[in-house]
Amino acid sequence: MEIKYKKTKGLTDTPLSYCPGCTHGIVHKLVAETLEELGVLGTTVAIASVGCSVFSYKFFNTDAVQAAHGRACAVATGIKRNLPDNIVFTYQGDGDLASIGIAETIHAANRGENFTVIFVNNAIYGMTGGQMAPTSLIGQVTTTSQSGRDAKLQGSPIHICEMFSQIEGVAYLERVSAFNPRQVRIAKAAIKKAFTYQMEKKGFTMIEVLSSCPVNWGKKPVDALKWIEEAMVPVFPLKVFKDKYAEDEKNV
Amino acid sequence: MPKGNLTFESEKCKGCGLCVNFCPVKILYIDKNSLNQQGYNIVKMTDPDKCIACATCALMCPDSIITVEVK
Amino acid sequence: MGKTLMKGNEAIARAAILSGIDAYFGYPITPQNEIPEYLSKLMFEAGKVFVQAESEVAAINMVYGAAAAGFRTMTSSSSPGIALKQEGITYLCGAELPAVVVSVMRGGPGLGSITPSQGDYNQATRGGGNGDYHVIVFAPETIQETIDIMKEAFDIADYYRNPVMILVDGMIGQMMETVDLTKPVKKRFLPEKDWAANGTSRHSKRNVVNSLYIESDILEAHNLALKKKYDKVVINDTRYELINMEDPDYVIVAFGTMSRICRSAIEMLAEKKIRVGIIRPISLWPFPNVAFENLDAPHLKGILDVEMNLGQMLTDVLVANNGKYPVGFFGRAGGVVPEPEEVVDAILHFKNRVVK
Repeated sequence: MEIKYKKTKGLTDTPLSYCPGCTHGIVHKLVAETLEELGVLGTTVAIASVGCSVFSYKFFNTDAVQAAHGRACAVATGIKRNLPDNIVFTYQGDGDLASIGIAETIHAANRGENFTVIFVNNAIYGMTGGQMAPTSLIGQVTTTSQSGRDAKLQGSPIHICEMFSQIEGVAYLERVSAFNPRQVRIAKAAIKKAFTYQMEKKGFTMIEVLSSCPVNWGKKPVDALKWIEEAMVPVFPLKVFKDKYAEDEKNV
Repeated sequence: MPKGNLTFESEKCKGCGLCVNFCPVKILYIDKNSLNQQGYNIVKMTDPDKCIACATCALMCPDSIITVEVK
Repeated sequence: MGKTLMKGNEAIARAAILSGIDAYFGYPITPQNEIPEYLSKLMFEAGKVFVQAESEVAAINMVYGAAAAGFRTMTSSSSPGIALKQEGITYLCGAELPAVVVSVMRGGPGLGSITPSQGDYNQATRGGGNGDYHVIVFAPETIQETIDIMKEAFDIADYYRNPVMILVDGMIGQMMETVDLTKPVKKRFLPEKDWAANGTSRHSKRNVVNSLYIESDILEAHNLALKKKYDKVVINDTRYELINMEDPDYVIVAFGTMSRICRSAIEMLAEKKIRVGIIRPISLWPFPNVAFENLDAPHLKGILDVEMNLGQMLTDVLVANNGKYPVGFFGRAGGVVPEPEEVVDAILHFKNRVVK
């Protein structure tokens, strides 16, 4: 018998610490598979951020550096500038990247730093128990927006891909999701494109993955995936926002 | 139609049900009478002969516990 | 090059280059702007890494990254900017990463002033970061001493796998003095950085640079190991200078620019037939307790702690003195630099300066 699909070498044997059905596991897998397929596991440095994925340094089968909350893009800059031929990526949630870390993320993109950002957007703060995130939806009930997010008091969800699409230093920017097999395959292709662009030294690449948080959304894992499709996608459209090196197509 | 053989690393299964939901031939289920060391009800197959080796289950599994072989 | 006239900030930049710095990350803030300005050119010419970061917070985290990848790296800033770096510094200590942080003190608290001060003694030696950690802090008094310590700093940081801070003030940063950049300094044997996160293809096992130890007993063990390391620093790298300490009537304790002012003051006091010595701490952490333990002066009337702040090193002096002699304090704040005459006056009226 021929093996059609097995666990990637890009992941260690350590069991993932994520909740059942959490799409972090899927995104980890796609990144790890990509790195294995591109043959760069030995030269990759992963940067773990702070959030549910704080332990991601245990799961990626590469060297890793734990960054302070929000600072992953600054840490990545310090590493990639000194190791330009290594593959460097950050793995950040919406609190880490879009709240405390937004300055570091914007400026790394603006400088066109040649690393890849994997942005896991589940519209909530998972690790700390379900507080409102910058990307939480209007009306979304969280522990710090218990009457539902109110635009007048708490602003509207922040659109990271939209914001970053006009930054010159960005080479590739796509928003994808993991809510069904087709989307997962599109996400994998996007992640692969981002890392390929990094290998080709094309500049800053970021893939935003609309993800689920079953526990803090109060939904079963399969229902949480449905919520991404029905509630999040209308607010955060899935598409390529920027491809500096697109051959035939105009930038979207 | 290809035929598939699935292996599950059951001790790492969290019973999330994603594989069950997306299996196109509906041959997976979460066995409510099962329990692994982590305390989860784990995934089982109803009809292994009907597996078409599409590997959708393995693709969707967040914990990468499924290996798919083609017969 | 021989001897040349040079501004302190420029000397710091050039000394870093001579020390084999790989990467500098900084942000503009007065009175240390010349450091990133010179390095923006010198690092480029040397084929090294320079980034003007978007903030002092970003800069210290870039330092963290470069250090984690095994490179010699430095940042510089001044008081409010050093306040921003406290998080990064505790992470460097927790993850056992080498780095050099240059702090050019100005008046505070808050936005303060841009003139020289010593108001960050506590910030440097106690730190505003969380947990049990120490930054190795050196306080040179001349630009030459700054160059000499800078040249050792990267090695000391690598040797202990810990941040080293060079603590100067706006005076040292901005003034010009005759210096010799070529003066050789002590080198140390440094092991390979086989712990660096630079790709598994370079080493045998997966390297993870991290300060998170989620199980408290493991974290305690880590803290105890750090303590053992810090104890080694105390034994090996405590530094101080004794000036004019033969049978003194008074002893002044002063560091950095203040000690130079006091050197003038003790000459004026000598003319008045008052013998005053100076204990000049050069390492502020570790603080040279040993200089006080060894102090045996039969005619000593008191120890005067003199600082450009309202009494920060004073705490360490009181502890080191351990009730042996009366301790007095004289200080100026807000970025005011005192005249030697003020120190003379403080000695002459020591009784009014005694700390209860």
